[in-house]
Amino acid sequence: MRRKLPLSLRLGAALTLLLVAVALLSLLWTPYPAEQVRVVARLRPPSADHWLGTDHFGRDVLSMIMVGARNSLAVGAAAVGLGLLGGVPLGLLAAALGRWGDEVVARLGDLVFAFPAVLTAILLTAALGAGAINVVVALALFNAAVLARVTRGAALAVWRRPFVGAALALGRGPLSATLVHVLPNIAGIVVVQATVLFAVAIVNEAALSYLGLGIQPPSPSWGKMLGDAQTHLFNAPLQAVFPGVAIALSVMGLTMLGDGLRDWLDPRHRSSGMM
Amino acid sequence: MLAFLLRRLASLIVTVWLASIVVFAVLQLVPGDPALLMLGVNAQPDTLAALRSQMGLDQPVLTRYLHWAGALARGDLGVSLTYARPVAELVAERLAVTLPLSLLSLVLSTAVALPLGLLAAARRGRGGDWAVLGFAQLGVSMPSFWIAILLILLFSLTLHWFPAGGFPGWGGGIGPALHALLLPALALAVPEAAILARVTRTAVLDTLGEDHVRTARAKGVGRAAVLLRHALPNALIPVATVLGLQISFLVAGAVVVENVFTLPGLGRLLYQAIGQRDLIVVQGVVVLLALFVVVVNALVDIACALADPRPKGGES
Repeated sequence: MRRKLPLSLRLGAALTLLLVAVALLSLLWTPYPAEQVRVVARLRPPSADHWLGTDHFGRDVLSMIMVGARNSLAVGAAAVGLGLLGGVPLGLLAAALGRWGDEVVARLGDLVFAFPAVLTAILLTAALGAGAINVVVALALFNAAVLARVTRGAALAVWRRPFVGAALALGRGPLSATLVHVLPNIAGIVVVQATVLFAVAIVNEAALSYLGLGIQPPSPSWGKMLGDAQTHLFNAPLQAVFPGVAIALSVMGLTMLGDGLRDWLDPRHRSSGMM
Repeated sequence: MLAFLLRRLASLIVTVWLASIVVFAVLQLVPGDPALLMLGVNAQPDTLAALRSQMGLDQPVLTRYLHWAGALARGDLGVSLTYARPVAELVAERLAVTLPLSLLSLVLSTAVALPLGLLAAARRGRGGDWAVLGFAQLGVSMPSFWIAILLILLFSLTLHWFPAGGFPGWGGGIGPALHALLLPALALAVPEAAILARVTRTAVLDTLGEDHVRTARAKGVGRAAVLLRHALPNALIPVATVLGLQISFLVAGAVVVENVFTLPGLGRLLYQAIGQRDLIVVQGVVVLLALFVVVVNALVDIACALADPRPKGGES
């Protein structure tokens, strides 16, 4: 019998698809060029011409939000992709090596967790200057540490299961057992964690861009838009609302998608969490 | 238990040592001459030479690290280039804002999250539960700096109840200082409360399924008493663990939120130091914040181990 998809999974997937669709659409079309400055039309409220109004340079806010979605997704995807590339093999290795591999991953994790991703990004910015690449590196380091821990924990549980022991007894090597038996069994847990880390990456990128340390102008970013909007809060309060809603909807979509996937893959979770 | 404590202490020392190496090493990545970067191309040669000497740039990297780490262990974080004052002094001043701000947000988030989590668990599957889970979903989705901006918009610019930024200091009394810290603390507390409420709900629901709770119910103990006296105390261990993990998010959040409200705290000091290219301040503040996160996490681990009667083994 087919299991019904949890509500959170369907809602999360819909919001995430919307985010991806907006980002892809911005490659082909935006109402106005996102970087087009029109000082005569600055700080306009929402209207038929500019659905979400204009910013302090007269740029169309909707177009900026669309391109911002692309930038947020790009930073998130790079940070999570690099985190997966670094963290998953490390976690698998730690589980396969046993005690001392465990110890190395645990200590590396402790070290990375000592530096919240925002702090690492600030440190890198101080050394190398502001920019999206430093943000990606900082977030990827954090993601790799989290994913290594999650992978190691999940892989250890699979290693203890009889079918892995049987495969080893039949002459399969540890590498082959890891790839054929362990990895497919932990893929779900890793995907769930990666989805949640994607949401965290979007928030952190926005926070760093708000501080002016992330994506650099003139390329639009939701965090920078909020930073700019704060200086015009009196005249154009709505400009401080739209980019925030975009961030919140994206994060909500990804976290619900992650929670829903977890519930779907492991129905035991449904007893303790709805979303 | 003693073995666990010793192992946790050893791992704490190793992590702190490694963190100091990381902070030192990253700032060695500065392209070119760090002294020139900090002072600018128009700096006088003798000023440059003095700064190079202060930063130990004329010495090998290892000597420089040992010198810096030794000074760090004595509480000497160097002298700020911008403020011409010891960094430790600046940090102590700024902590008078960041520490109360963080504590206030922790108190606010816990005070909101525990009752909400309990309520959701007690009303599982009903309206109250859905309302709490809805709040939690919304709370984790909103970045604290956006909440901060919305709070300024509502409570400062529209209702004029709170200042939009700045800090009057503690000299004028506790009232005005707390008044200035309340909105920033609230902005930090909302996402934390959302996470904590969810964790509390899950932990209480898990505990409600345990034998001792079922026994208490069978003996006729009321539902409210079971929740408060049996389920909640046992649920506090996972809640405390998550609270400890939240510290690092709190530190990161404080750096951003202090800048939204232009509060003269550690986060603002760090942000301004980047703009001013004051690498000595950046180095000092980042290493202290990392140390803070590591120590708090270790204390939470130890507190949880002391509170949890089950045997300790394996990775903490």
